[in-house]
Amino acid sequence: MTNDEKQSVSHQAGAPPTPAPLPLAGEGKTERGSPRAFWRRGEPQVWVTSAALTIMLFLIILLLWVVLWNGLGVFWPARVAEVTLKDGKKLLGERIRGQINPDTDVKSIQFKTGNRDLDPHQQDFHWVEDGEIRSIEFPPEVYVLERTENGNFYGFLRRLEGPDLEPSETPVAEDKVRFALKTVRRKSAEEIAPISEELRDLGRRLQNARRRIRRLEHRGDDERLAELRTGADDITRKSDELVGWQRRLLNELRRNVVVTSDAGGREKAIALLDVVRFYKPNEMGFWAKCRYYLLRLGELFWENPRESNTEGGLFPAIFGTVMLIFLMAAACFPLGVLAGVYLGEYAKDGPLVRAVRIAVNNLAGIPSIVYGIFGLGFFVYGIGGLIDAWFFPESAAAGEPVFGTGGILWASITLGILTVPVVIVSTEEALRAIPRGVREGSLALGATKFQTLVRVLVPMASPGMMTGFILAMARAAGEVAPLMITGVVKLAPQLPLDGEFPFFHLDRKFMHLGFHIYDVGFQSPNVEASKPMVYVTTLLLLSIVLAMSSAAIVLRNRMRKRFLARTI
Amino acid sequence: MITMLEKPKKIALPRTRPDLTPAAETPEPVVETRDLHLFYGACEALLGISMKFYRNQVTALIGPSGCGKSTLLRCLNRMNDLIDDVRVTGSILLDGREVNDPSLDVIELRRRVGMVFQRAVPFPKSIYENVAYGLRIAGVGNRRTLDEAVEKSLRRAALWDEVKDRLNESALGFSGGQHQRLCIARAIAVDPEVILMDEPCSALDPRSTTRIEDLIVELRRRYTIIIVTHNMQQAARVSDYTGFLYEGALIEFGPTKELFTAPKKKETEDYITGRFG
Repeated sequence: MTNDEKQSVSHQAGAPPTPAPLPLAGEGKTERGSPRAFWRRGEPQVWVTSAALTIMLFLIILLLWVVLWNGLGVFWPARVAEVTLKDGKKLLGERIRGQINPDTDVKSIQFKTGNRDLDPHQQDFHWVEDGEIRSIEFPPEVYVLERTENGNFYGFLRRLEGPDLEPSETPVAEDKVRFALKTVRRKSAEEIAPISEELRDLGRRLQNARRRIRRLEHRGDDERLAELRTGADDITRKSDELVGWQRRLLNELRRNVVVTSDAGGREKAIALLDVVRFYKPNEMGFWAKCRYYLLRLGELFWENPRESNTEGGLFPAIFGTVMLIFLMAAACFPLGVLAGVYLGEYAKDGPLVRAVRIAVNNLAGIPSIVYGIFGLGFFVYGIGGLIDAWFFPESAAAGEPVFGTGGILWASITLGILTVPVVIVSTEEALRAIPRGVREGSLALGATKFQTLVRVLVPMASPGMMTGFILAMARAAGEVAPLMITGVVKLAPQLPLDGEFPFFHLDRKFMHLGFHIYDVGFQSPNVEASKPMVYVTTLLLLSIVLAMSSAAIVLRNRMRKRFLARTI
Repeated sequence: MITMLEKPKKIALPRTRPDLTPAAETPEPVVETRDLHLFYGACEALLGISMKFYRNQVTALIGPSGCGKSTLLRCLNRMNDLIDDVRVTGSILLDGREVNDPSLDVIELRRRVGMVFQRAVPFPKSIYENVAYGLRIAGVGNRRTLDEAVEKSLRRAALWDEVKDRLNESALGFSGGQHQRLCIARAIAVDPEVILMDEPCSALDPRSTTRIEDLIVELRRRYTIIIVTHNMQQAARVSDYTGFLYEGALIEFGPTKELFTAPKKKETEDYITGRFG
């Protein structure tokens, strides 16, 4: 009900008959229900505008709902059903969804059955027609074993076997398997982890030696070259030895297995070393499920991905995304603010400046892939190639460019130029919105233009600049296309920031949540298995953007309170 | 002297000043314009103004809207430099020095000729920093000097008692009248010789206006004040001399009392009696 209507209603209900107001021009002729009065009250306008808002809100809420519904439920342990088919076959699996085949009108149910290594077609999802099913039960003793390879295993625990384990009864008790798992892991940490550490160190030394060899080769210094080459060969031999030793130890440890059986009773030995965790979903209570959920969430945040990115954590991608945004901000914010200040304060208004302003506004319309191509051509091959030619000629010659290939530095600068127009425009607008009196007041006190700018105008414009920064950040966080050709990768072996001198490795390639969505969702061989990860990654990316924007908005509101006058 | 400046809270405000007549000896001019022309592009806004502004006197510029009084005022500290496409000919002398000389240090000029605007917009800083602004940009960093200057200026602007306990609060949360007095304090802090006031009361309520008018009368002891006003009563109340401008020309200039009681020109008489404008 609009205000006008409320008033008129209350007026009708109002008790004392007041003297009739003078009829305004034309008012006497229109009745309350007539179309003319309808238009005059402005109701259709209200409806049209509110409908537009509703449609937009509906679409956004739908999108968020899809992401939240699918993303939040991924880690919640589902019950495992034992499906007995009419032909006597059994299968174990989580019910994923039901669907009616439009051609045959038969209802089918999709189960995630896992056990990829046991399936003749390496499938871990199966469709079962409704009519084939004789019964569905949820046996409490079913276990889910999450493995480092081949996905989940659904089945029953039988017994433990292995050189380091005591032989066990059949079926084995759960705590015995847990204890065995602990034993094997401890052994691995004691014996294999130091070797891996040493191998990493050797690898680093070998890399350095190779780099030096290349440099000497480039210069043609043969004397020291021979010496270095023998050194490098020594390292290679030593690391080969270690690798062999490590493999032997691993094979030995792998002989500690838990023997399991699947729905059909087939036995399968699973190396304890490959087991990430195991649990009994059908017996878990609410709190146990919560605990499991948090555990998986922790894994998501802090672990590396496995199984071609469809399982495990997202830590490198989260790290890459956040670092990319920060580097992007460092590249675009100063540039944008300075350019905006020039346009807003120093440039004399003329056709050229107006053209520049229009051009800056329209930069947002350039497809982001074009920016990516520009970044590849100008930053990677141009500037990166130049840096390599000057500082790392030997690497470039050996076909291993340092800066002449995609990396987080070039990707963030490319994103920086993509987002800089937003910052320029909002800086200029913020400066222009400052009342003339402030500027004149400062100048009349003998301040120079620059003093006025630094001491008064920039602080007053800072909330506006922050708005531009927030928009830029949100846009940059969602861009994938330009990154794909300037340095993002599916799996980066090393983070661009680590404990190794010089700590920032801006030449390194990196992982990114947005690219992860694309890669896992569309480039993965196992589409069904990767679906949950796509939702989780999307949700995570949205939350990161939301968190960073919220932080910036809080900061901006604080600035606003401090610097902006409520004009009298 | 400071106690003299502080006014008791409630006082019967004098509607006319007893000493309106200028002193018997001819006062010395501080600012003098000679045949001042100003063009906005092709449009001539000032048509050769020649007048004198005397030391420690209040000179009011009156006239209908668009007559060029604000433009004239802004010539005196070269605020018109900020507007593109403005050309000034003729001469303005401040203590005998040519203001329109391109080699003149405009920064120095604006320190000697302060200005208060129609809309008082304080800087988004504390009260203290607002008043200290002019000194800080002039390079004064000594805390004691600043403290003294801030107190002195706020006292002279009759604002000290109201704000002395909250000098570090933001200046944005005050009333319009306080804003205007703060802007006056800000202008006084750099110790100018001349203060230009561009309709300082037009956005204020009557009570705040009275306070500002009292303040102008007080400030006249130390500073030469040139005030542009729409309000003829205000000109009559606060000024010693009045100039009447009409369509870019100075029609009449003289002691306020004479101009208001016995105008020599017909236009002046029409204007002050309210027949037009």
